[in-house]
Amino acid sequence: MLTAGVDIGAKTIKIVIVDDGEIKAKNITMSGYNLMESNAQAWADLETHYGYNTGDMDKILVTGAGRKAIKAADEVTEAVAAARGSFALCESVRTVIEVGSEEGRAIKIDEGGKVIDFAINEKCASGTGAFIEAMASVLGVPLEELGPMSLKSTSCVAIKAQCAVFAESELVTMIHSKIPKPDMARAIHDALAGRVVSMVRWVGIEQSVMLIGGVSRNIGFVKSLGQKLECEVIVPQDPEYVSAYGTALIAAGR
Amino acid sequence: MAEEFWRWTESRWTNPDLSWKDGKILTAGVDVGSVSSQAVITVDGQVYAYANTRTEPDSASSAIKAINRALEDTGGLTLANIQYTVGTGYGRVNVPFAQRAITEISCHARGANFIYGPTIRTVLDMGGQDCKAIRCDEKGKVTSFLMNDKCAAGTGRSMEIFADVLGVSINEVGELSLQVEEEPPPVSSTCVVFAKSEAIGLLRKGWPREKVLASYSSAMAHRVVSLLERIGVEKEFGITGGIAKNKGVVTRLEKELGVTALIPNYDPQIAGALGAAMIAQALAEKANSRQDSR
Repeated sequence: MLTAGVDIGAKTIKIVIVDDGEIKAKNITMSGYNLMESNAQAWADLETHYGYNTGDMDKILVTGAGRKAIKAADEVTEAVAAARGSFALCESVRTVIEVGSEEGRAIKIDEGGKVIDFAINEKCASGTGAFIEAMASVLGVPLEELGPMSLKSTSCVAIKAQCAVFAESELVTMIHSKIPKPDMARAIHDALAGRVVSMVRWVGIEQSVMLIGGVSRNIGFVKSLGQKLECEVIVPQDPEYVSAYGTALIAAGR
Repeated sequence: MAEEFWRWTESRWTNPDLSWKDGKILTAGVDVGSVSSQAVITVDGQVYAYANTRTEPDSASSAIKAINRALEDTGGLTLANIQYTVGTGYGRVNVPFAQRAITEISCHARGANFIYGPTIRTVLDMGGQDCKAIRCDEKGKVTSFLMNDKCAAGTGRSMEIFADVLGVSINEVGELSLQVEEEPPPVSSTCVVFAKSEAIGLLRKGWPREKVLASYSSAMAHRVVSLLERIGVEKEFGITGGIAKNKGVVTRLEKELGVTALIPNYDPQIAGALGAAMIAQALAEKANSRQDSR
């Protein structure tokens, strides 16, 4: 049985195609201005690279912040999708932390993979990837270099502001006082991790903890988060696809 | 380069009824904010000239740019003629030619007292990235205040972002937002960082520009009202800062608050710098009288 999970995020659209639970194809596309068009583009890419089109699917389900835009398919909430995907990857997971470009989410799941409780932040950029993006642009460092750079930090400085806008001003002051870039990079990741952890505390921290969403690609953030949580954080191989994968599994009735 | 809709027009003004050459004491106030910087020059406590400019990457050059604009068209007035300058605003400690730095809270209260008259008791300053509710007495002295020190949501910068995404000049967003038949629900998040995707999200829904602006303006107004209600609004009430010029936000704010804001006699964006110049005047008088008594 071929099924697809489509995750319409604020920044990117992720599609995963599974055949009896096994991943056959995956694709990531920028969300752009018109979600329907971007979704069509994503499917065109899938057809080119893997030979699958929507007609081949037995079932398609959508999730993500922009899921309402794709009217043709049934929906799965983001928390359920994230929980399903994470649990399928690792059955010992009890806490799922998702940090995307404009949302953060903490989900508590039971031993059967069912969602017990969750907390969301979708109102404030300080707990999301957008925070790091804003800070990276102030520092003038490409986003993908910020993580590795922060690992070279030798001394700990802290950003006191919660708000990304005020944190920008603080960072400018740090730049003027010639604080080394790796230390500032670390401060950025520590600040985001602090905000994310305070959200996770709403649901409680139970091991194992899995981190998913695009920001999990940032090694500096993963390190800061582990330190603040005081436990190991599992990051799957393709963290940005986990919710789309979970959605595809749900579509398959698995 | 694409047209920049957020870019409001810089301005300057000289009072045609005053001559600086006849003045005894010339003072200046410079307000270096996060988005805009203003300079006001006063002659014996009367507003003589002012400039409203965009803030540069560093505070010192923003201050110099603002004062130089204010000194234009004044028939030879230079910085050397100005006896006392007070710096205020976010970049107040970096005004190189100022004798003193004073917080923008004090300056806005003092400036509002001048702009709106001594009956003003509650001043709302809505700036580029902060928002302050100030209570003051008949002399323009601060009695209490509250500000958004934790979160910049719903401040002026987000309105600039909306103007840009929607392709509407910042000078017109307020008026346009009022052209809706029915008030749409306010947006759920007014975070400045999310402003761009919030605007795009509403356009994706097929909303016309005026409806998008109405939704954001009412959310901004609502945020400010909750700040004002925490401190309590005593009449008379007046607004300073750039958003004071945004009719869409002001109208909604007045409606939710049930209080009408006073009509300004001067550009409400210069209130901070004007207050700084007034305080400079008082400080200069004090310094002069000390010198005389010696």
